[in-house]
Amino acid sequence: MSTRPPYDTEDVLPDSPVIEPGHTYASVTDKISAIVLTRPTSLGWVAGFALSFTMVMVLTVSLAWLITKGVGVWGINIPIGWGFAIVNFVWWIGIGHAGTLISAILFLLNQQWRTSINRFAEAMTLFAVACAGIFPLIHTGRPWMAYYMFPYPSTMYLWPQFRSPLIWDVFAVSTYGTVSLLFWFVGLIPDLATLRDRALTKPMQIVYGMLAMGWRGSARHWHRYQSAYLLLAGLATPLVLSVHTVVSFDFAIAIVPGWHTTIFPPYFVAGAIYSGFAMVLTIAIPLRKAYDLEDFITMHHLENMAKVMLATGLIVAYGYYYEYFMSIYSGNKFDLYLTKMRFHGPYSHFYYMLILCNILTPQLLWFRKARTNVALLFAMSLVVNLGMWLERFVIVVISLTRDFMPSAWGRYSATGWDYATFAGTIGLFVMLLFLFVRLMPAISIAEMRELVAETSEGNE
Amino acid sequence: MEHRSHIYGVVAEFPTPDELIHAVERTRQAGYRRIEAYTPFPVEGLAEALALKRNNVPLITLIGGLTGGLGGFFFQYWVNVIAYPLNIGGRPLNSWPAFIPVTFELTVLGAALSAVFGMLALNGLPRPHHPLFNVKRFVKHATSDRFFLCIEARDPKFHLADSSRFLHGLKPTHVSEVEDD
Repeated sequence: MSTRPPYDTEDVLPDSPVIEPGHTYASVTDKISAIVLTRPTSLGWVAGFALSFTMVMVLTVSLAWLITKGVGVWGINIPIGWGFAIVNFVWWIGIGHAGTLISAILFLLNQQWRTSINRFAEAMTLFAVACAGIFPLIHTGRPWMAYYMFPYPSTMYLWPQFRSPLIWDVFAVSTYGTVSLLFWFVGLIPDLATLRDRALTKPMQIVYGMLAMGWRGSARHWHRYQSAYLLLAGLATPLVLSVHTVVSFDFAIAIVPGWHTTIFPPYFVAGAIYSGFAMVLTIAIPLRKAYDLEDFITMHHLENMAKVMLATGLIVAYGYYYEYFMSIYSGNKFDLYLTKMRFHGPYSHFYYMLILCNILTPQLLWFRKARTNVALLFAMSLVVNLGMWLERFVIVVISLTRDFMPSAWGRYSATGWDYATFAGTIGLFVMLLFLFVRLMPAISIAEMRELVAETSEGNE
Repeated sequence: MEHRSHIYGVVAEFPTPDELIHAVERTRQAGYRRIEAYTPFPVEGLAEALALKRNNVPLITLIGGLTGGLGGFFFQYWVNVIAYPLNIGGRPLNSWPAFIPVTFELTVLGAALSAVFGMLALNGLPRPHHPLFNVKRFVKHATSDRFFLCIEARDPKFHLADSSRFLHGLKPTHVSEVEDD
């Protein structure tokens, strides 16, 4: 990895280190653990939590109505059997990917700037996977029978169809959820021990103590811990690439025009990382502001994330171009017709919005002024999140409304319940994040101490 | 000899990782073997100073990964070829390329679960209580900003007064006796 820039980065960016100078082991510990232990719950937190909790109630009602009435409450019908459920599933699972990328791939590449953002990015992954998991489950129509998808010895001697991408999905997503949880929890153990030792009340000490499992920072323990962490990072890296690959197989294995292409796996993975980094920015910018974490989540982090967004955004743009090129080059009349429908069909406004959000707007990130403008960056992260949602909408809906035979064409429009369910999962995601920043250290304290040791020799 | 039954060891506190590593080296040179360092973050060079051997976490992970992968593949083989063979237009029952995604996922799952639970088991965790938690300064600083070195009573060279004096000679900020319970 000797792709050093032709200039010394430190000279060009003197004002943005990965941690502001002057911090010691104790100050890092105090500052991060105080968010959980001593800071009073702010009014903003209560308001935000209340709002997101209300949206979770909306989700509960939508799910109850769905289970009472069946999937007919949604806008789906043959030929558009997938609709919002799959659009949202792919969107959420893609968002999760940046968390794993930051915690695993940047760890393997020894990127120091990942340290202060990896913890909440991992939490974001977990919560996004939780939201994603809801959709295919309820989309089955009879979610109480979802266990049919797991291989278990039944009296009917039936087994899942292991040749189907939908079963691959079950394995990919459940493995991804499990490994993300393990990775997050292993990273938390030393910090839970810190919270246990600094807890102000007995119940808190007991809860954090049980979670920390008696961690005491022994050198032998750290030795094995580091091996396990490195191995988890090594395992999570191919895993995260495989998950969105398998998700793209749901489409690419089918013969529907616009889905049946080999570009899907890499372009889905790039799109996942793109939307994930956008979501990390969406969370990081208010978080650092609300809890005065500008010392730890510096401009350096925001700028680097903006650069990753620009790079993955360009890969996604290449994917769009390639889809267009292949349909022209193949001369396949169904593919050609689909492309025409994207530009001139009934859903073309979604396609143009998609190009605007995902390709044109992010070009601003070429300019350093845009990358260091926090408000603009925040707005742009929302735009990219919207764009990536539109991308999945375009893929699912335009292809399904215009496949081979005109007699099988249709229209799709989402109902209020579709929107309510989607908004509800956003509420769930935000609520879990609010709980997380209040109950767990949002930045890895142990890794920040390591960073202090590396960046400033001599302490105290 | 009698005091050993209720003493776990002696622990010294240092303000920086470098001083700790130096102290560990001196302690090993003095012939102590049952010693352990406690740090608030993984300190580079400490494992070498303590002469720790390579640990078994990678091996356990490899075994877990192989079990998951082979188990996953042959389970799918068994389902499709032996338990419930379905002849669909004469296509091969053992269509192995279609089994690869699940095999891959189960390999990763097996490896990750064994890495984490293997690490915890080898570390003897969960273990909610430990004699060192009887030392107030240890609880206050070991998971925050100080670096500790403990000579354990089970070391054949251990002698409460002598070992404490030895640790004092390493210029720590504090030396405490650790009571066993």
